[in-house]
Amino acid sequence: MVDIVNRPYAKAFETFASARPQILCLSADLTSSCEVDGFRDRHPDQFLSLGMAEQNMLSFAGGLAMQGFRPFLHTFSVFLYRRPYDQLINSIAYSNRKVRLMGFLPGITTPGGITHQAIEDISVMRAIPNMTILECGDATEVETVLEVADSIDGPVYVRVLRGEVPRLFSTPFEFNKLRTLSEGDDVLVVTAGVCTEEALRAAQPLKARGLGIHHLHVSTLKPFDRDGLIRAARGKKGVVTLENHTINGGLGSLVAEILAEEGLGVKLRRLGLQDTFAHGASKPYLMKKYGLDASALVSAIGQLLGKDLDICDAELEAVRIDTVHSAQKAEAL
Amino acid sequence: MNLSNQQTTEDVAAGIRKRVFLHTMRNNGGYLSQACSAAESLAFLYNEALTLGEPTLPKVPLPFAGVPSATNPDAFTGAGYHGPFAPEFDRLIISPAHYALVIYSALIQVGRMDEHALDHFNVDGCSVEMIGAEHSPGMEVTTGSLAQGLSMAAGIAWARKRKGEPGKVWVYMSDGEFQEGQTWECLAAMAYHGIDNIRVIVDVNRQQCDGAMPSVLDLGDLAARVASFGVTCRSIDGHDLNAMRAAADSAEPDKPLIILANTSPYQGMEFLKKRFPRLHYVRFKSADERREMQTAIAAELGVDEAEIARA
Repeated sequence: MVDIVNRPYAKAFETFASARPQILCLSADLTSSCEVDGFRDRHPDQFLSLGMAEQNMLSFAGGLAMQGFRPFLHTFSVFLYRRPYDQLINSIAYSNRKVRLMGFLPGITTPGGITHQAIEDISVMRAIPNMTILECGDATEVETVLEVADSIDGPVYVRVLRGEVPRLFSTPFEFNKLRTLSEGDDVLVVTAGVCTEEALRAAQPLKARGLGIHHLHVSTLKPFDRDGLIRAARGKKGVVTLENHTINGGLGSLVAEILAEEGLGVKLRRLGLQDTFAHGASKPYLMKKYGLDASALVSAIGQLLGKDLDICDAELEAVRIDTVHSAQKAEAL
Repeated sequence: MNLSNQQTTEDVAAGIRKRVFLHTMRNNGGYLSQACSAAESLAFLYNEALTLGEPTLPKVPLPFAGVPSATNPDAFTGAGYHGPFAPEFDRLIISPAHYALVIYSALIQVGRMDEHALDHFNVDGCSVEMIGAEHSPGMEVTTGSLAQGLSMAAGIAWARKRKGEPGKVWVYMSDGEFQEGQTWECLAAMAYHGIDNIRVIVDVNRQQCDGAMPSVLDLGDLAARVASFGVTCRSIDGHDLNAMRAAADSAEPDKPLIILANTSPYQGMEFLKKRFPRLHYVRFKSADERREMQTAIAAELGVDEAEIARA
């Protein structure tokens, strides 16, 4: 049974930022939604409220960074790159400013629907020169991503998890290094964010059927631990990627690029949103509906190997590692 | 301070117009009207208002040194022509990057850049680009996508105020930028946070790429709209230097100062009135047209036409 940590970001950010006077916490009217309301109340000198005006916030942050402050911007992932994309390019990315974009509710982790679901953020951010992209997969990574982000010479976009977050890992976020969660000879599974927890649910049933699954968790999407991926992919019967994002331009795409460039000739299945928008509903419902869950992973592995693995949803349910989650309501706005 | 007191501000303004005119004629086109509207404002800034140190970049502009990145230590900004960054010195953020030719001419006129620096203008591989970016002389940020300069300057100003630096942050911007929502977001933020070490001069020439502003998207009573955001707003004749001096001196505590410099897009070159409202970028349709303009404006500015040929 995994440990569930309540609001790991709130505590981690306060500890991190309050010890570093050059850090500023910027917010655009989603302060408590991004778990920095306590920080605002206890450290008002390091907090800047810029209101519901993201274009100005991003350019303003560029100016702060020019003077040696290190602004951490807090809002939902979508609001950091859709409306203020031009500001992101011209006020931050081109000039390689040390601005940290802390994006909450990535992908379908919000019931807010199209307006709130950042499903193409990684794709967009990957296309921006100078940008670093990090994604948290558990409470430990949420707690330890701040120092990693702050160490980067340039802009950083982070997919942050909030609320009740499982603790899957016992070691801190390590920049640009894939985490190996299991080793095996048959299929390579590459996952990121909330999809890693989901993939872990399939681990036991797959092992029980004698399948050797090599499971890698990705927390740095740009740059990317290319050598680690190549080592793990070589000689496998297939590769499956699973991401909380559209399959175009994110983890699945970058793995495809590397496999092709290396000429590994290994089959790839990309799981994630299949070039579609989602809609507003709970995370478990959406993960099932759009094929981002353990069941979809098992099916893809079966297809790659050309065999019916005979793993039913009930078996996956039985090993669910989020029993503590079950009491949790769909995340509110 | 560098040469500033050796010329009157009127002389600097005249020099800016003349340099932009010469360059436009020699190169068959240019952002000529912007020199008409901006000359007094920029002359006032560089010759009187700004407290700047000696330039830190060579007088002859450097070639482009590559885009900024974690792996390019050679990247530089054109702020070096405004002198070193120090708590006591002012900063000037140029927002309308297409005024570049006018800015470069101003830097040359006040001796911060080499007399022949415009030879590098719009030449492949040079930093003296047609639409300035942060590596271009006088530029510190990249503002070719309009209306971001004010927000960046506001961030700089907030940070400098927090650090207790006496230097001011000046912004030069254009009225067209008030069509962008970001400008109003920034006014609200500056007023709310009491950012009072920022001084903004707006070139209200009521001209934009498509033509005269009333035919594109009129701003109505801009002064009233700006003032209603809780900032200090002074609306002046942008060619009246005494009015500009008084406005620049009129900042109020806890408020940013916005000076609306109401200008003419053909001030000093009345011949351009014939082309109104097509003034954004002046080019010539025929040799006759070019000759006529050259003779007329040369006479207005007191330029010997033979000087144009001496490219």
